[in-house]
This record gives sequence, structure tokens and C-alpha cells, in this order.
Amino acid sequence: MQLKEETNRVVIRNKPDSFKIRVAKDFRRNSMIYLMLLPVVAFYAVFHYGPLYGLQIAFKNFSAGLGIWHSPWVGFQHFSDFFNGFFFERVVSNTIILGAYDLIFVFPASIVLALLLNEVRHRVFKRTVQSITYIPHFISVVVVVGMLVDFLSVDGLINQLVTYFGGKPISFMRLPEWFRTIYTSSAIWQGIGWGSIIYLAAISNIDPSLYEAAKVDGAGRWKQMLQITLPGILPTVIILLILRIGSFMALQDEKILIMYNPVIYETADVIGTYVYRKGILEASYSFSAAVGMFNSLINFILLIGANYLSKRFTDTKLW
Amino acid sequence: MRTSKSISEVIFDAANVILLCLLSIVTLYPFLYVLFASISTPAEFVQHRGILLWPKGFSLDSYRMVFENPNIIRSYLNTIFYVAVGTTLNILMTALGAYGLSRKNVMWKSTIMMLIVMTMFFDGGLIPKYLLMKNIGLLDTYWALIIPSAMTTWNLIIMRTAFQGVPDALEESARIDGANDWTILFRIIIPLSLPVIAVMVLFYGVWHWNKWFDALIYLRDRNLFPLQLILREILIQNDTNSMMTSVGGGDRMPVGETIKYATIMVATLPILFLYPFLQKYFVKGVMIGAIKE
Repeated sequence: MQLKEETNRVVIRNKPDSFKIRVAKDFRRNSMIYLMLLPVVAFYAVFHYGPLYGLQIAFKNFSAGLGIWHSPWVGFQHFSDFFNGFFFERVVSNTIILGAYDLIFVFPASIVLALLLNEVRHRVFKRTVQSITYIPHFISVVVVVGMLVDFLSVDGLINQLVTYFGGKPISFMRLPEWFRTIYTSSAIWQGIGWGSIIYLAAISNIDPSLYEAAKVDGAGRWKQMLQITLPGILPTVIILLILRIGSFMALQDEKILIMYNPVIYETADVIGTYVYRKGILEASYSFSAAVGMFNSLINFILLIGANYLSKRFTDTKLW
Repeated sequence: MRTSKSISEVIFDAANVILLCLLSIVTLYPFLYVLFASISTPAEFVQHRGILLWPKGFSLDSYRMVFENPNIIRSYLNTIFYVAVGTTLNILMTALGAYGLSRKNVMWKSTIMMLIVMTMFFDGGLIPKYLLMKNIGLLDTYWALIIPSAMTTWNLIIMRTAFQGVPDALEESARIDGANDWTILFRIIIPLSLPVIAVMVLFYGVWHWNKWFDALIYLRDRNLFPLQLILREILIQNDTNSMMTSVGGGDRMPVGETIKYATIMVATLPILFLYPFLQKYFVKGVMIGAIKE
């Protein structure tokens, strides 16, 4: 095999094969590999690129009888309907606010946890905290929201404590002003531990001699954390931040869908849940495909923008 | 190392430990509360107010009633089916993809990889996916929860990275012995990548176990429902109903209360049992993914 490749290479150097010949040779040599890749490629073609083909209904008036291809074009009709619609402001601003909460509170939480865990000298304690905080990542959204609903109900655990301390029971899940707090804090609960793994990995790659040098210079632990650990994981933070910004408008829609109810739509209804109601429940396929596309486009623009800014001002980039 | 710590360091350490303990309690307590409540005697539990530090009485009645509920049994079996068949397909597809995309001298490898990775940032969205499922006739079948979830790009990247780490020399000596790609994948690469396979089984298995949204949009037939969808009816929809009708009344059925907790336990225990065994592997799995990022 080694020998054959050597001779191949010699041949290539003498007389470059044409593209066709190279394709044919590659196919002959790797036919079995391509056979193995066939189901994978077919899967991506059908289930990932197929829906992209179907996205054209955002610019059409889809009717099931005519099918995707033959349905009549309507241009940007559905987009303008959405922009001028009654719910546009509500769903877009709710999405942006929840996205911002996520970026401000949920995203840094894992970084802080990683920094704190890194300062723990007792190995067993550190590992125990890690094992415990990873657990919620594996718990289903239905169970998480189920527990939220139960603990926060009018005579649930939290209100039992509230009344014990002399307060009045609060109907948390039915008050619009509580939704964002509940959504965001439960997101921290779900993800803080799991998110810290990647930062702990980055911390373990920091050159230990940097800490030695800092100690010689008389830097305390707090200073070492801010001046060595934090800069050491900055590239990781930036990469994850770019990715996070690229999904700024992609919230945990499924979680919101089981958390919300019409009474709190005013703060809880977001683009994702609106697409679900319009598309799946009311069968306005074209309209909700357009709304969904609007959301993905914004995410994509944000991703490119964040990557561009990062390339411009730091050395870190996604591509 | 035995140098005396400054006072500020002692305070820093103490505050850190306290903070991390609080976080652990906040994470763990909801599960403990649910556990204690689920094995409490229903009548005693309803009398109780506030934090539970121990079960109130002891009774497995709630669990008995959970297992007598035909909806739960049916959906539990469905979920086991989805997890078993889905995860097997996942591992097979991911391994095939990871193998082909990690070999050297494969001409179209990088093009295919790029097209696959791009789907992480682009997707058609909910409605086109729904219409696709409708057009190919997968709506309302068991396959609706299995075939569109045949693999995920993130896990493909993790497994591909692991396969790339297997030394080339092993593959080459096998080839000299006349092994083909199938043999190399199943006799050499996979046996050498068992930790990563274990991580994949955990990730995919938990994913199937917890999935509910696909079932919500693709399934109408209750006989096909996975556990999570039934859980949602029991935990969330019932509760909002009862909240609307009996706000302030507090006259909920005693057993109804503890049944909810038993249901949560029954739905979560398999994962909590599996967790300690696989825990040592998954951190490694996440790291492998992280390196490649």
C-alpha cells in the first residue's frame, strides 16, 4: 500500500492527472468508504438540505394540493404581513429581551463557576461539586418545567415558605412580570455546571509557570485569577461568545412552550413559540415559515458580525 | 506548601466553599424534595408545609398507582423502544460518518464535512421540516422519532476527532493483512475508541429519553406517545387546570399530589442510575469536542 502510493505520487509529479481521472481513481480506491458515507450523506441531504428546499414556501402561498414547487409565488408578502402584524413588536422584543438576559446572566455563570472551582484546593470537594452541578443537564425539559410549575404553584413549596415568613402567596407562573426571571434563573440552574466543563479544560491548559512567576511577583490568588486564569481562557470565552451571539434569537423555545400560557403571552411569547402556534396549530405554513426564516437570518447575520468583530479586535475567530 | 495563608486568602477560600456548597444544595434539593415527597404517605404529605428534610411517613402507594396507569406503561415501553432503536442507529450512522470523514486520501472528505458542518448554522426551520415529514409519510409512525434523529453533527465531530486519534500504523498493518474498511472500522477503530462510544451512547440515549417536541408535532396517535409527552400532560397541563379552578382553595387530592412526584422519579431514575457509571467518560467526550472547535 505504502509502495503503491509512492508510485502514484511519482506519476502525479510527472504528468498531472486530469480532474476526471483523479475522481475515478479516488472512487476506485475509496469505493467502500463512499459506500459507508452514503447513508450519512443521504441523511443530511434529506433531513437537513430538504427543509432548506422547502423554505421557498416562505415566498409562496403554499397549498397542500399544489405542493411546494407548484404553489404560486407571492414575493415578500408574508414577511411584510409579519412586520406589519399585531404581534410583531411583542414577539420580537420578547425574544430580544430573553436573548439579552441569557447573554448577561446565563453565559457568564459557567465562567464564574469554572473560576471558582479552579480555586478549590480540595480535590474530592471539587469533584463532588462538579458531579452535582452536571446533573440538571441530563434532566428533561418536561421534568424541569414540571418541577418549576409544582414548586412555584400557589400552594407549592416556594409559596409555603413565602407565607411562613409572613408574605402573600404569589401566582408565579401566571404573572407576566415573573416569567423572565423564572426562565433565566432556571436556565442557569440547568446549564451552569455543564457549561463550566469547557472552561475548566481551558484552564488546565494554562502554563503553570505563569502562576509561579506571578507568585514571585507577589500576586495573591485573586490577582492570579484575574490576571492569569481569566486571560488564559479568553480565547475559549470568545469562541463560545461568538457561537452564543450566533444563536441569540434561538431561545429554548421548547421550554417556553411548556412554561407559558395565554395569561403571560405578553412577556413569554417569542418568535419560536409564535411560529409553532401559527404553523402547527393554525396551519399557516407559508407565513410561519417566513417568520422562522426571519429569525434564522438574524441569527446568521449576528454570527457573521460577531466573528468579524472578533477577528478585527482579537486574534480569535471561528473561521 | 505549608506557608501561612494571609487572612484575605482564608476569607476567599471560605467564601468560595460556602458559595459552591450553596450551589450544590440548590441543584440537588429539588430532586431530594421530589424523592421524599414521592415516598411519603399521601395524607401526611398534604398536611406538611415548607421544606422537607425527610419523607413524611412511608408509602409506595404513589408508585403503585403510577405503574397502574396504562398511559404511563404504554409510553414507558414506547420510550424504551425509541431509546434502544434510536441509539443503535445513531451509533452506527455516526461511526460510519466519522470513519469515512477521518480517513486520509479521501478526495471528497472535506467537501462533505463542510456541507455537514454548515447545517449547524443553517436550517430550514420548523415548518419546512414538518412538511417534509408529511410528504415522505413519516407523520404518525414510530419512525418519526427515529429517522430524522439518525445522528447529530456535534456528536459526529466528537467521534471523528476520536477516530483521528487512532494511530495510522494500526490501520496500515491491518491493510497489509488484507483487512478492508469494514474490518478496520469494526475490529480496530471502534474497539480502540470505546470510551468515546460510551459517551455517545450516553448523549444519544439521554437525548432520546428526554425528547418530546418532535413527538408533539409529528405524532397524533396516543399509542405512539413517548413518556415525556405523557409526563407533560400529567405534570404541567393538569396542574394549570387545577390552578385555574382552585386558586387559594388548596383542596387538591392528596394522592394526586404525591403521584406527580412518583411520576417524576420514575421518569428520571434511569438517567440518575446511569449517570455515575458514565460520568467518568463524558467529561472526556466534551473535551474532545472542545479541542476541535
